[in-house]
Amino acid sequence: MPRLVINGLEARYGSLKVLDGIDLDVASGDVVGLIGPSGSGKSTILRTLVGLTPPAAGSVEIDGEHIDYAKPGDVRRLRDRLAIVFQQYNLFQNMTVLQNVMIAPTKIKKRAAAEVREEAVRLLAKVGLADKLDRYPDELSGGQQQRVAIARALALRPEILLLDEVTAALDPELVSEVLDTIRVLAREGMTMLIVSHEMGFIREVSKEVVFMDAGRVVERGTPAKIFDAPEEARTRDFVSKILRH
Amino acid sequence: MWERLIEEAPRFFGYYNLVFLGKAALATVALSALGCIIGIVLGSLVALLRLTTRLPLAPLRWIAALYTEIFRRVPFLVTLMLVFFAFQLSKVDLPMFWVAAVSVTLIASAFLAEIVRAGFESVHRNQWDAAAAMNFGLLDTVRYVVLPQAWRIILPPAFGFFVLFIKDTALASQIGVIELTFAGKVLNNKGFSAVLVFGTILVAYFLVSWPLSRLGKHLEQRLASPRHQRP
Amino acid sequence: MLDYTFQFGQIVPYLPRLLDGAVVALELAVLSFCGGLLLGTVGAALLTFAGGVVRRIIGWYVSFFTNTPQLVQIYFLYFALPDMGIVLSSFTAVLLGMTLNAGAYLTEIQRAGFESRRQSEMEAAEVLGFSRVQQIRYVILPHVARVLFPPLSNHFILMTLGTSMAAVFGVEELTGQALNINSVTFRSLEIFSVTALLYIAVTLVASALLAVIGTTVFRARMRMF
Repeated sequence: MPRLVINGLEARYGSLKVLDGIDLDVASGDVVGLIGPSGSGKSTILRTLVGLTPPAAGSVEIDGEHIDYAKPGDVRRLRDRLAIVFQQYNLFQNMTVLQNVMIAPTKIKKRAAAEVREEAVRLLAKVGLADKLDRYPDELSGGQQQRVAIARALALRPEILLLDEVTAALDPELVSEVLDTIRVLAREGMTMLIVSHEMGFIREVSKEVVFMDAGRVVERGTPAKIFDAPEEARTRDFVSKILRH
Repeated sequence: MWERLIEEAPRFFGYYNLVFLGKAALATVALSALGCIIGIVLGSLVALLRLTTRLPLAPLRWIAALYTEIFRRVPFLVTLMLVFFAFQLSKVDLPMFWVAAVSVTLIASAFLAEIVRAGFESVHRNQWDAAAAMNFGLLDTVRYVVLPQAWRIILPPAFGFFVLFIKDTALASQIGVIELTFAGKVLNNKGFSAVLVFGTILVAYFLVSWPLSRLGKHLEQRLASPRHQRP
Repeated sequence: MLDYTFQFGQIVPYLPRLLDGAVVALELAVLSFCGGLLLGTVGAALLTFAGGVVRRIIGWYVSFFTNTPQLVQIYFLYFALPDMGIVLSSFTAVLLGMTLNAGAYLTEIQRAGFESRRQSEMEAAEVLGFSRVQQIRYVILPHVARVLFPPLSNHFILMTLGTSMAAVFGVEELTGQALNINSVTFRSLEIFSVTALLYIAVTLVASALLAVIGTTVFRARMRMF
């Protein structure tokens, strides 16, 4: 049974329809890659899923439970199960690396500090930042900050991890350290919905790739199908342009 | 004129007058400080209300917006009169100092609410997004994420407003609060020359306000320096 | 206040007097703002360009007037100057006091604007073929105006509210009229709430007008509320 099911999802910015009837499902343990040109609505799907951009229409179900975004209780339960990593990392500037990772589990989920600390240190070691616990975000490189953000998301023990162009703001030489971290998670069976422009990476880690354009899903399928034998002209066009450079 | 000043001065700067002026200066500072301390609490509350998004709170949001708009557009003297007559008609026998303090608080809350709001808005949108996505409620977001970053933006203008209001409280003399300006009127009525009395009052205000405004500027520079931005 | 019934009907006949008062208040605000702007421009220019002694004197002027209450400044002009042989009418004393006070604040505000000029001047220097006069006319002045318009507008609104202290000296502006009417009708709450509403209305209209002028003429970034 699929874990996350999205049906007919719509979102607007003013009169502009940025999502125009999205159907998507992500099964437990799967990695789904979302690709498409800028402004196609990929990031909006993730923002809408965690309730940062309210949907105009459509339904979202998690394990069969329907989420009503107008109900604060529903959104809260949903956010207990989803975690998002942002393009700009969005680390809390007033907190150290360790505090960034510990704040939500201790203050919001009310878990014991000692236990959370242990887990946070372990997660930070996993993303290769065991020596940066007491640094502040502005003392770290972009790649390091993004790995902190991933550790922070994992500390929430999410069932599904949403990654929103997590390497787009990074200098080219810092991209691989972040992608390596995500590869490890994929191998461990983390359920992920990944928006990215790193086509080689998407092809490598995804079980399914979804191509979007103008707020709609144009085509979906295995990486091999989307990248090597797309059926739709628009997909072909996009893929050939991207792969050419 | 000079002969008169020289003749009056020793009597004017006598022990009792100086104590009287000292107490009056204290009342002047206390009035502004009290209003601004309560004002920053109420103002933060008003600013917080304006940030809520839930539908049932819409009327409160509306009232908070109206409050900040109204009390920043009514002169202190008129607010003072309204509060004064409201207490008089409700037969609550409040000392004039407290009538004035209520007026100061009403106005300070409105101005400080805007200062706090500007401080909240200075915290980058992505900090709010991250907190929301991690299930922080509005209060938790403000407490753990926004205030620790915004206070250095809020404090200098808030302190500046407090210093500004020290001078505005001169109008409290009109309802008989014994602060510096009222003390001047009293001493003038006792027969001391206006030059001596109001000159001294001006100097007294200056001695209170100038060091505080210097302190405010110092505070601003310190908090604005890019390093030491740690909590 | 439980047993108080508002009777706005009784003060309706006095509304024209309140409106007259509002006009006087605006007069005071506009006159003293213009005077203050003149003083402030000269003051800021001297602070930026003049030498030591002049600069120090301007500095003292600004410090003194921004660190003492306008009310007491006017008290001094109105009650103390006669001892020195200078007798001012209450309106003149208020106008003079407000102008001197505004001059100090506007000096400080404009100095900041003048300082932001330096950078734009550098940029202007890169625009080849511009004469000095053309640089000032086309680059520096518009820039300074754009930077200064919002804080100056803001100060004008504060000054409009500040005119109410003229009532203390018997000037029949809005608050003065309110006090007069109150002493005849004793409908205090009604009168002062209507007076408050008039101040709100006057400053709202002024803010809106200034925002329109600021955004269209000076391309300043302003919000009305």
